[in-house]
Amino acid sequence: MKDAFGIPQSLLVLGGTSEIALATARRLIARRTRTVWLAGRPSADLESAAAELRALGADVRTVAFDALDPDSHEVVLGKVFAEGDVDVVLLAFGILGDQAHDERDPAAAVRVARTNYTGAVSAGLVSARALQAQGHGSLVVLSSVAGERARRSNFIYGSSKAGLDAFAQGLGDALHGTGVHVMVVRPGFVRTRMTAGLDEPPLATTPEAVATAVELGLRRRSETVWVPGLLRVVMSALRHVPRGVFRRLPI
Amino acid sequence: MSAETETVSVTGWGRTAPSTARLIRPRTYEEAVAAVRDCGVRGGIPRGLGRAYGDAAQNAGGAVFDMTGLDRIHAIDADGGTVLCGAGVSLHSLMRVLLPLGWFVPVTPGTRYVTVGGAIGADIHGKNHHVCGSFARHVLSFELLTADGTIRTVAQDSPLFEATAGGMGLTGMILTATVRLQPVETSLMSVDTERAADLDDLMARLTATDHRYRYSVAWIDLLARGAATGRAVLTRGDHAPLDALPARTRRDPLAFRPSRLPSAPAAVPEGLLTRRTVGLFNELWYRRAPRARTGELQRLSAFFHPLDGVPHWNRVYGRAGFVQYQFVVGHGQEDALRRIVGRISERRCPSFLAVLKRFGAADPGWLSFPRPGWTLALDIPAGLPGLGAFLDELDEEVAAAGGRVYLAKDSRLRPDLLTAMYPRADDFRALRAELDPRGVFTSDLSRRLNL
Repeated sequence: MKDAFGIPQSLLVLGGTSEIALATARRLIARRTRTVWLAGRPSADLESAAAELRALGADVRTVAFDALDPDSHEVVLGKVFAEGDVDVVLLAFGILGDQAHDERDPAAAVRVARTNYTGAVSAGLVSARALQAQGHGSLVVLSSVAGERARRSNFIYGSSKAGLDAFAQGLGDALHGTGVHVMVVRPGFVRTRMTAGLDEPPLATTPEAVATAVELGLRRRSETVWVPGLLRVVMSALRHVPRGVFRRLPI
Repeated sequence: MSAETETVSVTGWGRTAPSTARLIRPRTYEEAVAAVRDCGVRGGIPRGLGRAYGDAAQNAGGAVFDMTGLDRIHAIDADGGTVLCGAGVSLHSLMRVLLPLGWFVPVTPGTRYVTVGGAIGADIHGKNHHVCGSFARHVLSFELLTADGTIRTVAQDSPLFEATAGGMGLTGMILTATVRLQPVETSLMSVDTERAADLDDLMARLTATDHRYRYSVAWIDLLARGAATGRAVLTRGDHAPLDALPARTRRDPLAFRPSRLPSAPAAVPEGLLTRRTVGLFNELWYRRAPRARTGELQRLSAFFHPLDGVPHWNRVYGRAGFVQYQFVVGHGQEDALRRIVGRISERRCPSFLAVLKRFGAADPGWLSFPRPGWTLALDIPAGLPGLGAFLDELDEEVAAAGGRVYLAKDSRLRPDLLTAMYPRADDFRALRAELDPRGVFTSDLSRRLNL
């Protein structure tokens, strides 16, 4: 169960090698979290992530999960929920793709969309139903500011996050009053493997900062969390910039 | 006919950690048995008037049995001083009926709006614990509907009685109880008030003179710092005898007329309770108390239940809700108490109406909270940054001093500390495993603390 401050005792991470998710898991383990499920494609990275969290004192189990195989989600996630209550589901899988390459290779672009959007629709709905049956819990969805307004430089990724974001908001409304809480997290540029080598824009942040914001959001039962918080203001301004001007902005 | 059922979001009085359950309101024994039998795989938990601060009367995804439908007073022995009543009867109702007959409830907490079933389940205490013990000590027997669907009559001194007293509703559903009452001549209290300049002064006064009073409590200003750390107002007294009343009041000495102010508004602006506003309140509260006054006549409701005058006062904490932290440390652990009070005032938790009192002899309930020593209770807004980690540190201090926190108020204890704080927790788990192997009686609290 979550305590009065929204801190979970059990956590299911979808996308178990995500640096943001692991930073969040470390933070929650330092509080109350004792059971962690890391779901992802079986790999050495997944196992070493589990080992790292185990060293912090948590009971960590890995589970084979593939965002690109929605048909399997019901069975795979069903098994996790059958083991006991899951207080927080952190939906953290996603790929950036390579915009320049993917524009020339539609199949690669579709892979981004299928992972970030279609996979999340399936895993999100399966998790939501299980949370609803247990009458409590949070579904935390890692969206991105990139979904707030698509930019020339990464609109394939951005559009997939836009879809995910809209889906998660709607799901939150659907679950309002069921005891299940959906929180959409919109980080800006996060320094991770995924963004290594990219030019760093202003207001760049870290996985640890996102983890802190997730913990705070759980405490406040927030529906939307921006990281850093200032992005809420920046993006609401950017969203209203005329397209002709937006196109020419150096972002 | 079946009990009313609806699906609702449930929280404790602190309004943190909501979860959803089917609320079932049985009105008869048959409906109660059916409710327990049909509650489903996630079980059920009895709930009274929802005054437990945390998640003791929540059951996510399962059933919550609203016991307020079983609210009949079955029999009053006006000569012997006992009452047999349904578990859903509130102390408020009992007072209304019993006071005119010259009887008062044996133990009342800071609110009248708790049920008799809840009073046993949390084994509540009042300002008279140092003299009278906890509520269950005054319960002669109760009827308990257990997980197997049978109704057992449970008498004092039996293991099932002691597991149920303070057992947070996890041994079964109490249906009725027979409670021994306290005779009173009037419905007024004779109250002595004095101020203590700091914590040591307060503890010295309580130690030296507490035994002279049936009821005793100290309000303590936890925002005061430096030399004033732990300054307090002591209010102590007893039921006023008839001859203490002025002639006009003596004509109707047992009248029970609690006053009632408007409810707190449903939406309260965030950040109402800051260090500044609470500090100001505490300053005024301390200053308005007389330095020393004896024999003041007060209404029962003013003495015992000042907050009951403001329905839904818990809303003033806003959306984030609040936690109440109450712990006890034994006699001889005064240094631990001083350290904890020092840490709370240093940290400047905006807490008003923090209460310190001395407990008397321990109660037989396996999970009953009181033990001889000092107990401090304070409300803190749950939205305060870093509060969780801070209270965890206080828990460590309390556990190291051999103390414990109160489960009826808990919403955040680290599960592994429970057994350290309650040495009979394993006996409780063993009895539950035998009595209720499928875990029919389950709550968010029992899941969270692995009880």
